[in-house]
Amino acid sequence: MSVETQKQRQPETAAPVAPAIELIGVSKSFGPVQANKDIDMTVAKGAIHGIVGENGAGKSTLMSILYGFYKADAGEIKIDGVTIEITDSHAAIAAGIGMVHQHFMLVKPFTVLENVIMGAEGGPLLRPSLNKARKILAELAVEYELDVDPDAIVGELSVGFQQRVEILKALYREADILILDEPTGVLTPAEADHLFRILQNLKEQGKTIVLITHKLREIMAVTDTVSVMRRGQMTATVKTSETSASELADLMVGRHVTLEVEKNPPNVGETVLEVKNLCKTDGQGVKKLKDISLQLKAGEILGVAGVAGNGQSDLLEILSGINSATSGEVLMRGESIDLTHKASAAMRRERGIGHVPEDRHALGLVMPFQTWENAVLGYHNNPEFSGKFGLADHKAMMEDAKRKIEKFDIRPTNPHLLAMNYSGGNQQKIVIAREIENNPDVLLVGQPTRGVDIGAIEFIHKQIVALRDQGKAVLLISVELEEVLALSDRIIVMFDGVIQGERMPKETNEQELGMLMAGIDPEASA
Amino acid sequence: MDFNTILQLFDSAVRLSTPLLLACLAGLYSERSGIFDIGLEGKMLAGAFAAGAMSAYAGMPVTEGGLGMTWGMAWMGALAAVAVSIVLALIHGFASITLRGNQLISGVAINFFAAGSTVLIGQYWFQSGGQTPPLRGAQRFEAITLPFAKTLEGVPILGPTYHDLISGHNALVYMALLAVPLTWWLLFRTRFGLRLRAVGESPEAVDTAGISVVRQRYVAVLIAGVLCGLAGAYLSLGTSAAGFVKDMSAGKGFIALAALIFAKWQPKSALFACLLFGFLEAIGNRYQSIDLGAFVVPVQFMQALPYILTVVILAGFIGKAIPPAAGGEPYVKER
Repeated sequence: MSVETQKQRQPETAAPVAPAIELIGVSKSFGPVQANKDIDMTVAKGAIHGIVGENGAGKSTLMSILYGFYKADAGEIKIDGVTIEITDSHAAIAAGIGMVHQHFMLVKPFTVLENVIMGAEGGPLLRPSLNKARKILAELAVEYELDVDPDAIVGELSVGFQQRVEILKALYREADILILDEPTGVLTPAEADHLFRILQNLKEQGKTIVLITHKLREIMAVTDTVSVMRRGQMTATVKTSETSASELADLMVGRHVTLEVEKNPPNVGETVLEVKNLCKTDGQGVKKLKDISLQLKAGEILGVAGVAGNGQSDLLEILSGINSATSGEVLMRGESIDLTHKASAAMRRERGIGHVPEDRHALGLVMPFQTWENAVLGYHNNPEFSGKFGLADHKAMMEDAKRKIEKFDIRPTNPHLLAMNYSGGNQQKIVIAREIENNPDVLLVGQPTRGVDIGAIEFIHKQIVALRDQGKAVLLISVELEEVLALSDRIIVMFDGVIQGERMPKETNEQELGMLMAGIDPEASA
Repeated sequence: MDFNTILQLFDSAVRLSTPLLLACLAGLYSERSGIFDIGLEGKMLAGAFAAGAMSAYAGMPVTEGGLGMTWGMAWMGALAAVAVSIVLALIHGFASITLRGNQLISGVAINFFAAGSTVLIGQYWFQSGGQTPPLRGAQRFEAITLPFAKTLEGVPILGPTYHDLISGHNALVYMALLAVPLTWWLLFRTRFGLRLRAVGESPEAVDTAGISVVRQRYVAVLIAGVLCGLAGAYLSLGTSAAGFVKDMSAGKGFIALAALIFAKWQPKSALFACLLFGFLEAIGNRYQSIDLGAFVVPVQFMQALPYILTVVILAGFIGKAIPPAAGGEPYVKER
């Protein structure tokens, strides 16, 4: 570079501070799929920057490139104004980048200390590194509200604490840039609030934070700037203060979507499904359900809120006939249903109980099956699908599948496509189409929009509301509090196998439900 | 049962448990890193043959085409055993780490390969039904008399214990026993051990910490190779067999695996588990049949004892043994 050009450029380089992260033209494809297309992104030093986008928009791929998990096909990465090559995680750590993965990268049987030092031991013997880490962890705990018992076994900590260990790992490696991938997916609202306080603290100490999430509320609450990704491209970068959740949602989907669920007041009828004193003790002797009683009425959506693992899944499994109960009774229109191990999902369906399982990959679909097969699964013995000589009526099934594909806007529209080749949202639509179209009196729905993109969420919510408006009863189990609040006509909160409280959505809020989810009764403690 | 008999039983137990212990520790390194190794048996057998053949060759007079060595032949044999065992370990490593193949199948293949090739090559080289020529003197690992063993022999209880039980074993026995605290120290007190344990529990955590999963696992497999080689060398050069005999590992690799599960992948427990198996074998060897008055326990039952215990252990009668979480699964980076 000649002296002259250097002079010319000087004002530029001397300009305030170089951005913490600068991506220029980053591209990455996996075979024919272009996951990232010519991405430009700038994150200022000391900012909290959000990245939003639907599943498969390329957020995680982009961050994996930044953390050295993948190598970009093209493009340039600058950290603090200096171009660097990030060949592997080791290089990323050396460049001061730390990452908190969605699925924690922790060794469960190890202590917190051991997890923190791994990969940054500093010497062949453990003792000095452990002692050093103990000291640093104590300092970090004070500085950032990050206290964790250094000798606790990580596998025995709650997810909120495990996440803190992940953050501590990054800080111990002196990361200046912290990337968090969907950090609140597994947290209670209170834990999430604590996390955001930690992030604010980190920001005040000059750390740069990149927050990847699909929860727009969080973006609005904590970020300074936000980038929107859609189909592998960065479609917009805006200041958070100058945008709104609904604008971001439109940018993510590429068309206008409504975040609010529009619904009329419920027309509640008589009790359809009644659960009395249901108890479940699992094979390890753990009491999963403790004396659960509830009533589900025609024409209402009863939402079950709770942090994952507090008995909701067990309730769903028993009601849907997948699992047996230890004691208790369930009445369907006044007649008791079989809760022993002899019960089956098919028997429930005969009684008019449809089921959209929580885990569509494991329980909802046969992934290597074609759509038309998945669309009749479990209902394949229905009279309308029985042909001559007791054989399946292939033609009827195919027509049925085509009808469902059209009605539920399942894309691509090919009934011969394998379930595994659809996006999460369209897979879920196949399951929901199958269950709703069989016209159940009671529909049990577990995590209807887990891993589903915003556009499809809107559609699925509308379908559930439409079913309720037909006078059917819906039991909705979801760990997404927003979803429970938006859809339900009545909400119960489960904690540790008991119903911790019941609220009407209009008379409650996320804070109150959050406390119930954590096992605290706000009325009792007040 | 008098004191001397008990001493002899324990002494015999130590000898019999040595190959088990070496193989068990080999399995411990491998499985702690997440690589299941049912090829311990095969590596041991191939090692035993390599040791026997090399020791015989080294001690053979130059006129008969040998090396004509007069000392250190046993160590040459051990070296050959380790080398052969490492080669097999690396094949297992290549199949299961690099190619991400099925670890059980790779292990089974190694067992079959060792069982067949040792006899075939043995017959081709030595023409005696797959056996190596009988080995004597420095071709074998000779007993080491520890200092003061003779002087202290007269002291009651302690003297004979020191002289008969503690002293008078060969170098490999002491190496195996020393390997236990060494392994414990490596595993729980060093950076290497931390990473080794981590890679068997959560390879993705190791990867994101900037450590190579592949390298860590290869090192573990390599150590397993060395230890299996020594176990094999002990079989052909350290026992009364005095040479390689067809199928001489006789399921010891599998018993070592059972001991490893019994010990819940802990070095110290591995020592006791192997001693227990060795002790049962010693009883089986010494008491051909036991007259219980009402009936006579047949000799076959006594000899089957270690194997019966193996089945009992593997059937889960020892409480829950939790193996390394990532054991048996190849690591595929994905996101």
